[in-house]
Amino acid sequence: MTPDELNEIAETERESQERFTHRVNVCVAAGCVSCQSHAVKDALDKDISRRGWGDHCQARGVGCMGLCSEGPLVSTGVRTANDRLYKRVAAADAAEILDSLEGALVSRLHCPTDVPFFQRQKKIVLENSGVIDPERIEDYISAEGYQALIRALTEMTPREVVEQVMASGLRGRGGAGYPTGLKWSTVAKSFGVQKFVICNADEGDPGAFMDRSVLESDPHRVLEGMLIAAYAVGSSDGYIYVRAEYPLAIKRLRNAIRQAERAGLLGANICGTRFSFKIDLRLGAGAFVCGEETALIASVEGKRGTPRARPPYPAMEGLLGQPTLINNVETFANIPPIVRKGGDWYAQIGTEKSKGTKVFALAGRVQNTGLVEVPMGITLREMVFDIGGGIPDGRKFKAVQTGGPSGGCLPAEVLDQPVDYESLARLGSIMGSGGMIVIDESSCMVDVAKYFMDFCMTESCGKCTPCRVGTYQMHRILSSITNMTATPQDLAMLEDFCDLLKHTSLCGLGQSAPNPVVSTLKSFAAEYKAHIEDHTCPAGVCGKQAGGGARE
Amino acid sequence: MTPATSVKTFKIDGRDFSASADQTILDVARENKIFIPRMCELDGLSPVGACRLCLVEVKGSNKLLPSCVTHVEEGMEVTTTSERLNHYRKMIVELLFSERNHVCSVCVSNGHCELQNMAQKLGITHVRFPYRNPKVEVDASHDRFVIDHNRCILCTRCVRVCDEIEGAHTWDIMGRGVESKMVTDLNQPWGSSETCTGCGKCVHVCPTGALFEKGRSVAEMEKRRSFLPYLTLMREEHE
Repeated sequence: MTPDELNEIAETERESQERFTHRVNVCVAAGCVSCQSHAVKDALDKDISRRGWGDHCQARGVGCMGLCSEGPLVSTGVRTANDRLYKRVAAADAAEILDSLEGALVSRLHCPTDVPFFQRQKKIVLENSGVIDPERIEDYISAEGYQALIRALTEMTPREVVEQVMASGLRGRGGAGYPTGLKWSTVAKSFGVQKFVICNADEGDPGAFMDRSVLESDPHRVLEGMLIAAYAVGSSDGYIYVRAEYPLAIKRLRNAIRQAERAGLLGANICGTRFSFKIDLRLGAGAFVCGEETALIASVEGKRGTPRARPPYPAMEGLLGQPTLINNVETFANIPPIVRKGGDWYAQIGTEKSKGTKVFALAGRVQNTGLVEVPMGITLREMVFDIGGGIPDGRKFKAVQTGGPSGGCLPAEVLDQPVDYESLARLGSIMGSGGMIVIDESSCMVDVAKYFMDFCMTESCGKCTPCRVGTYQMHRILSSITNMTATPQDLAMLEDFCDLLKHTSLCGLGQSAPNPVVSTLKSFAAEYKAHIEDHTCPAGVCGKQAGGGARE
Repeated sequence: MTPATSVKTFKIDGRDFSASADQTILDVARENKIFIPRMCELDGLSPVGACRLCLVEVKGSNKLLPSCVTHVEEGMEVTTTSERLNHYRKMIVELLFSERNHVCSVCVSNGHCELQNMAQKLGITHVRFPYRNPKVEVDASHDRFVIDHNRCILCTRCVRVCDEIEGAHTWDIMGRGVESKMVTDLNQPWGSSETCTGCGKCVHVCPTGALFEKGRSVAEMEKRRSFLPYLTLMREEHE
């Protein structure tokens, strides 16, 4: 594959797409598929061929359009434009949508896109999501796909690529926010007989689905990011560790790898250079802890997925003892535009220390749930009330939980704080991988903390004592609080455990397991007090039903 | 030791030491009779850093570091005992007691138990957390040995000695979190294990009464470790 050949594919694809005066895009990512978007697409296909419109009208499957709560989503437009969005489309609506292509829109299904949910977003990682067909490499190539790879291979030295990533200020999107450029440079400078690049797609936070959406909507972007990383650090073998619970993402990744191999973009001597790279998939077996990098490496090696002490860090001694670069799906997805447009362009977006955009999975008690990409530094209030559209049913906002089981619950008082790595950490939460769960007044914060502790307890690998037994003891105390049987001594013990786990656990899971408890104790101490001293649950959740509301 | 190994000088508890760069803080402490509590570590087996009792403070680091897997560094200032460390160590040992059914008065290892000794050394008089009291079984299917999961603290010494010294890898761990459990082969009864050589090393490295010889009654099981340094030496020479 040469630059000319790539341009030719892009040109041919664009020409063939422009043959169609009308296009109907149907979301075929997991959210919409689960509400029968395949049936909608089949109905559209059938109706188009029945009408004999096959030469000028096309129904295509595309990736996630973001507003998952209103699925199945369908967009239509003249030529390559997508100016009309329809929500909650059923197969029976196919004829009506096709009828409307030339005329007025179907107001019954219309979903306005001039609202903050769409207008406040800035799409870099998701630029192709909902626009291209994730199952066709030609479509990705026509959207400037693989141009960054060819540019890196033919015009840049590996060192220059690392410099661009450094200049971009990109930080790891898996949660900890380690500078990506620094990690790349460490691996590039490490010495080993072989080096590995691993993509961490073991997304497991409750309510988070950013990585799944990217893999389902634009898998080639992740492959391109990994290829550029491999070139930059001098690796020839890559793995994508994806959880087996994401069958559609796995299917699309397998398909994308096959297509890229056929096109000569993966394999030996890519673009006629000396650079060779292959990618294999490794499927996770359902352990949350395997998202931790050393546990992930053990799992890829075929061992029990438990973390080990660092140092040595994977950048020095990772897979099979060799230097290994591990980045998250979203981190890799940011790479092609950075190489295409330059690190300085990326560094203009976001805040001083947190550059670029971040994809969030907005979930919980909020009007618009779905996938959004926003520039760093946006305030929590804008996230919840503008983009999220506020709390449904006229209820009151109580907290927003970021960072999954490792994160914290942030109260209304801090809603005007910006969303970036430092600010969230200062407030006692973390950026995490991008889960954002909105909690309203109908939830009990002790119950929420108990839910996350239950998650950490069942997901602890059992290797180190504080995490294995400590999460059990903390969960026991939280249960006794929600059962109204706890004493003030129990509360003191709970705080003691928070301190113990944070400072003595082996890996990030145990170290951050107390965060939901610490943050709720800080901002919602009155609720704990009410349970213990007055034996009442202010939200009316505890005591009513066993199990609690957060699990619903 | 490879010729490239360099020598580091550093402080432990205010005293000056020197050691080669491939030694851990615990190695140096042991050589110099400085006591650092530990349950999973055993000289001769690879360290795993799992029990978290050997955490020490290092000046300039905001994290506590496990001394069994942390290599010495030039100018390092290590503190092995402090009020804070003792507080954490006590809690961790209490957590181990609360996890399963540790009742010393009826245990074969009473008086010879590392967990019991550790508790006494750390000044633990009682366990402040309620016992979990799980229902776990005893596997007495082996001709000569018994595993009593009630006393197991999941230190994985048996796994490592079986794999690294005996080379059989009969033992491993199944399940996760607080439900983890030691298993022989693929969770078969020990007596029917096809890989177990019956060497008994696992029994003698076990810190508690979880693994013991058949026929021993309360307080009668004393573990013999004398074979371990010898075997380690043989292995190192072989390598």
